[in-house]
Amino acid sequence: MSEELFTNLAIFVLSLLVGFEVMSKIPATLQTPMMSGANAIHGVVVVGAFVIAAEANNWVFYTLAFFGAVFAAINVAGGYTVTDRMLGMFDRKPKAKSEGDDSK
Amino acid sequence: MSTLQTIASLIYLISAVCYVLGVHMMRSPKTARKGNGLSAIGMFMAVIMIIIEVVADGKITATGWIVLIAGLAVGIAYGVVKARKVPMTDVPQLVSLFNAVGGGAAAVIGIFDYLLKGDGVALSLAFSIPVFLDVIIGGITFSGSLIATGKLSGKVPGKPITFPGAKIVNIIVVLGMLVAAWFMLATPTNIWFVVLGLVMALIFGLLMTLPIGGADMPVVVSLLNAFTGLAVAFAGFVINNQVLIIAGALVGAAGTILTLQMAEAMNRSVANILAGGFGTGDSDSGGAGPDVPVDVKETSADDIGLQLAYAQNVMIVPGYGLAAAQAQHEVAELATVLTEKGINVNYAIHPVAGRMPGHMNVLLADVNVPYDQMKQLDDANPMFESTDVSLVIGANDVTNPLARESGNEISGMPILDVDKSKSVVVIKRSMSTGYAGIQNPLFSLDNTQMFFSDAKVGLQDIVAATKQYLED
Repeated sequence: MSEELFTNLAIFVLSLLVGFEVMSKIPATLQTPMMSGANAIHGVVVVGAFVIAAEANNWVFYTLAFFGAVFAAINVAGGYTVTDRMLGMFDRKPKAKSEGDDSK
Repeated sequence: MSTLQTIASLIYLISAVCYVLGVHMMRSPKTARKGNGLSAIGMFMAVIMIIIEVVADGKITATGWIVLIAGLAVGIAYGVVKARKVPMTDVPQLVSLFNAVGGGAAAVIGIFDYLLKGDGVALSLAFSIPVFLDVIIGGITFSGSLIATGKLSGKVPGKPITFPGAKIVNIIVVLGMLVAAWFMLATPTNIWFVVLGLVMALIFGLLMTLPIGGADMPVVVSLLNAFTGLAVAFAGFVINNQVLIIAGALVGAAGTILTLQMAEAMNRSVANILAGGFGTGDSDSGGAGPDVPVDVKETSADDIGLQLAYAQNVMIVPGYGLAAAQAQHEVAELATVLTEKGINVNYAIHPVAGRMPGHMNVLLADVNVPYDQMKQLDDANPMFESTDVSLVIGANDVTNPLARESGNEISGMPILDVDKSKSVVVIKRSMSTGYAGIQNPLFSLDNTQMFFSDAKVGLQDIVAATKQYLED
């Protein structure tokens, strides 16, 4: 096993453990935004789209690179935008027009 | 390591830290938005760094730039417009769509690098195993998530789709996958091997998702989200990029935990859900079921308005029917009308009400319902004893007292103890069953009244009636 592969494998396994640990207690309220947020994070695949576009040199590879870029960009841009929109709703101050709302 | 490589590695490390801290902050509603922002900053840094690396490397052709920029522009424009415009009720299918393309991108990277090796080249297992896993998992999540999107949006029927001979087809596809594995891992490269692997993965994704009912889709979307994380991590092995490995593994693990939590809340095992064929998911859409409890009491908007106007404590129990009818504005209006007269209004939110966990919270937050009025299961249940009127809107199984007994589909599922309140009003389109496909004895209890109506229309009438009584 090459040193490079071993390093990558170690990183992979440790990241899995971090993922299990950091996620273990999520209130149900936040599960949908969390899923969406995690979905945005795997949009990091856009970095891979750059890597393959840099190596493309004929039409087969250009086509693949194009679809890779489109797919990854939708994932990352859409993912963060929709997550932010969802979470923005929790930020909003309750309307202060009724007395009931103010008695926290 | 060149200086640039060192800087790049450090930047990727920092961006990975941003993702982990971002996910950590998303566990609390107070810091969740900042957490997502931090994760986005990490993403931005990673993208800037790869741009610098690609420019410094200088291998990219002019056409390569054009293809890349055009692709990114199309993707960003589509993604952002969709994300901005989507109504909150349709968020689950959009997340599923974004997940599909993420898996697709990961598969494309695997295919690209496999083909880049050239024809007839013997591969090391250190390369071919990650490529194989990347293409297979990416392909499965691509087609599987598209079907999930279709089911959630109603473009694909929500009911489990099975066909005669499905088992044989499944066996053929699994065998095809093994054949593809053997060719991709153990023989020199050939374009048709990777095409075979991709096609098998796409068919597998379809076959996996089609037999699963619409109501179980949230769990499936979450599972596929975890799969995409793993596909992206394997893409990271293929192109030897550690930020992909870290972020992918993080999402793979996080998605798995989410999936288990959702399945647990529904009292189902993931294996049980994947076995499919259970329930239709189209709750509230059909006609009356075969064995309708006969002795239900029907009521009118006027009577509900009267009850609400003279109540002290009101509990609103939202379900998928609320989301489907887009009635969140009407609910919020009713609550405002009541709270203005000093009546306590709270919302009892079951973890799996709606199409995704937290779906109801997002819908209600969208119409400015204060966060502290949304009570989770454990906080809501003790409140029902002192509740005068429980208003159940388009929810069914999550209120079914049968869950307390053994020997049925929902035995042991935590439910909202709606039946303990003085009066229960259920707004539903018909007597049809929920996704569990069983009758709900709540509907025939002495203190329960049924109001058969679309949630939006019904609530408008109730608001009007309530206002009238409150003004008298």
